[in-house]
Amino acid sequence: MMQNDNPFLTRLDWLSLALLAALLLVAFPLGLDTFRLNLVGKYLTYAFVALGLVICWGYGGILSLGQGLFFGLGGYCMAMFLKLEASTVENTKIQSTPGIPDFMDWNQITALPWFWQPFHSLALTLLLVVAVPVAFALLVGAAMFKRRVSGVYFAIITQAIAAIMTILIVGQQGYTGGINGITDLRTLAGWDIRTDGAKLLLYFVNAALLIGCILVAQSVRRSKLGRILVAMRDKEDRVRFSGYAVASFKIFAFCLAAGFSAIGGAMFTLQVGFMSPSFVGITPSIEMVIYAAVGGRTSLFGAVYGTLLVNGAKTAFSESFPELWLFGLGALFIAVVLAFPDGLAGLVRNRLLPWAGRMLARGGKPAPVRPGMVTK
Amino acid sequence: MSGEKDSRPRAEGPDSSLRRRLLMGMAALPAMAAAPRLAAAAGPATAAVNTTGLAITDSEVTVGILHSVTGTMAISETGSIQAEKLAIEQINAMGGVLGRRIKVIQEDGGSDWPTFAEKAKKLLVNDKCAAVFGCWTSASRKAVLPVFEQYNGMLYYPTFYEGLEQSKNVIYTGQEATQQILAGLNWINKERGSKSFFLIGSDYIWPRTSNKIARKHIEAVLKGRVVGEEYFPLGHTQFNSVINKIKLSKPDVIFADVVGGSNVAFYKQLKAAGVDLSRQALMTISVTEDEIDGIGGENIAGAFACMKYFQSLQNENNTRFVEAFHRMWGPKTVIGDVTQAAYLGPWLWKLTAEKAESFDVDKIAAASAGIEFKGAPEGYVRIHPNHHLWSKTRVGRARTDGQFDVIYETAELMEPDPFPKGYQ
Repeated sequence: MMQNDNPFLTRLDWLSLALLAALLLVAFPLGLDTFRLNLVGKYLTYAFVALGLVICWGYGGILSLGQGLFFGLGGYCMAMFLKLEASTVENTKIQSTPGIPDFMDWNQITALPWFWQPFHSLALTLLLVVAVPVAFALLVGAAMFKRRVSGVYFAIITQAIAAIMTILIVGQQGYTGGINGITDLRTLAGWDIRTDGAKLLLYFVNAALLIGCILVAQSVRRSKLGRILVAMRDKEDRVRFSGYAVASFKIFAFCLAAGFSAIGGAMFTLQVGFMSPSFVGITPSIEMVIYAAVGGRTSLFGAVYGTLLVNGAKTAFSESFPELWLFGLGALFIAVVLAFPDGLAGLVRNRLLPWAGRMLARGGKPAPVRPGMVTK
Repeated sequence: MSGEKDSRPRAEGPDSSLRRRLLMGMAALPAMAAAPRLAAAAGPATAAVNTTGLAITDSEVTVGILHSVTGTMAISETGSIQAEKLAIEQINAMGGVLGRRIKVIQEDGGSDWPTFAEKAKKLLVNDKCAAVFGCWTSASRKAVLPVFEQYNGMLYYPTFYEGLEQSKNVIYTGQEATQQILAGLNWINKERGSKSFFLIGSDYIWPRTSNKIARKHIEAVLKGRVVGEEYFPLGHTQFNSVINKIKLSKPDVIFADVVGGSNVAFYKQLKAAGVDLSRQALMTISVTEDEIDGIGGENIAGAFACMKYFQSLQNENNTRFVEAFHRMWGPKTVIGDVTQAAYLGPWLWKLTAEKAESFDVDKIAAASAGIEFKGAPEGYVRIHPNHHLWSKTRVGRARTDGQFDVIYETAELMEPDPFPKGYQ
């Protein structure tokens, strides 16, 4: 990746990264029981989507309201592999056609359809988990951006595509499991993913992957590519007149976001043990945009904290007030948007850091320099 | 006070005389606050009834309620929550289960299947609930089933459903598809000589499986024919084209398993298109008193519904049940088939725990077969070894006031058969 005069990670970035790593890899595993840790692991899979949105929306200015689609595609690819593994002839001998997934049997399908065949192989599945959503994003991106569809129109189209995909999955239940989704997943290449030990390991894999994705996103942000994205967001025509192929940059950002989402989706399937169309549609897609907005849409770390905050609040509210929790969540959104329009990251950047700087300065030390924090 | 005598729970099933006294006693509920403590002394030692670390103390046993309080399913699931809470309150008023008061932890599934799985896990792993009463849609049950099997929980599931499932960890208190469909089809065939059927449903596993069973039965047993079979996405509201097809093919019976909000549009459009349900027979397996609340009685009057329970059912148990329900939740609430099935859950669990003399899930699962509940509002039910209930099938005819006239019931209890041979 291209480097420039800015270092890859500023001192503050290092600090943020260390803090996040300490939180995810040390504090949570030590402080939470397996059940809560697994919940956090589930939330973190959404953080992949929020991270993609930071690149695509926060930097590139491309608001996609259909990221659930890529999350879902990644998740479904993984689920198909796990389902095939769970549907051995032994496990399904009660069916009229043993050896195929149970929902196919209920829908009078007697042979495994062709597009399920590649998912017998783990290596191929891992490839397809990322390749299918990215290829789809490439297709959509090329079709839209080459025609200079942008802004609200693009957002509406992504939303429509997400809705179409939900209808397709629900309607073709013999092939997809319909509204129930693909459930009752058990083992990954013979390894039981339902045990506590497996959950713990998956949590760490998930956290490590997330940190890896943050680093990838950071390298994009720091590169010339990242600066072109920001320039495009703020003055698209100028970038175009300067001779850059704006569409290609947009397609790249969109595909990267799709790839991140897909990894999140696959990790979701592994940790939760099923996949259903309720992650593909419009509502979850918009919810994922909210995570990024609460975190601060130009902050990579903010995306993770935003996701954790919103989902943590959702769980906490709904456990304490099962009949009123939606109001609490709504109030939280309104409060965040009113009080901190730049999200959590804006709060840290505009309030906390200057305050810390003043405190340090008063203590006789020089105020910390803050290069690289200002992104606009 | 009668309540104190009743507070020793062992060996006393909720036979009708006891229930009558109980209901009278409920008015004096506050005065009975002392009963649980007395009862606790009478119950067996905690170490004996709880060998697997469930949340059970000398005076309390914790159970979970897991339904949607928010989202699109809330309207359907509210009745189930109310019924389960009523049953639990009545059981507590009698002194609880094995001398322990039932404490409820309620969670909201939010009409979202992964949330159901998350909350189910919380109830089992964190709260160590001895039993969970909950779920409504098949999708939510499918989502929680692996959780209950992995953490060895006990789920009492109230909804009539498609069958094709049987688990050690679930008691299905609603009917599986054959229990709901076959007797109704036989009846309409015999009573009205119906031979041609038009099947219409929402597009997911329950209507598809139900219609598959109906089609096989119509073609193979009744020697009739299916003149049309159509499916629509959940939430669909445009039924005009299918109504035209129905008018053209003139079936003897429209067999409908459209669910949720789509029902409102379907029946209103049927009426607007001039299909008079007092002449054109329509048999539904998806409309209960709860749905009619939304559809409007005048739009569906005359339709036949196949259920195991109707609010208007005439028997002593039901009279008391409806009265207690209205006292607790207001006189305007209606009680549908699933609500009654949800009411059975806590009672069946109590009876099973008393037979097993334990709260251990393995012992409850093993002791469930053969448990009888004579106080059921639907009359009498018994748990089959396959963990479904033996129950009667009834046909009701919708009235304009939103209630049903019960016009037929099977003489015998129908055997639950979740994997029906010849119908798959």
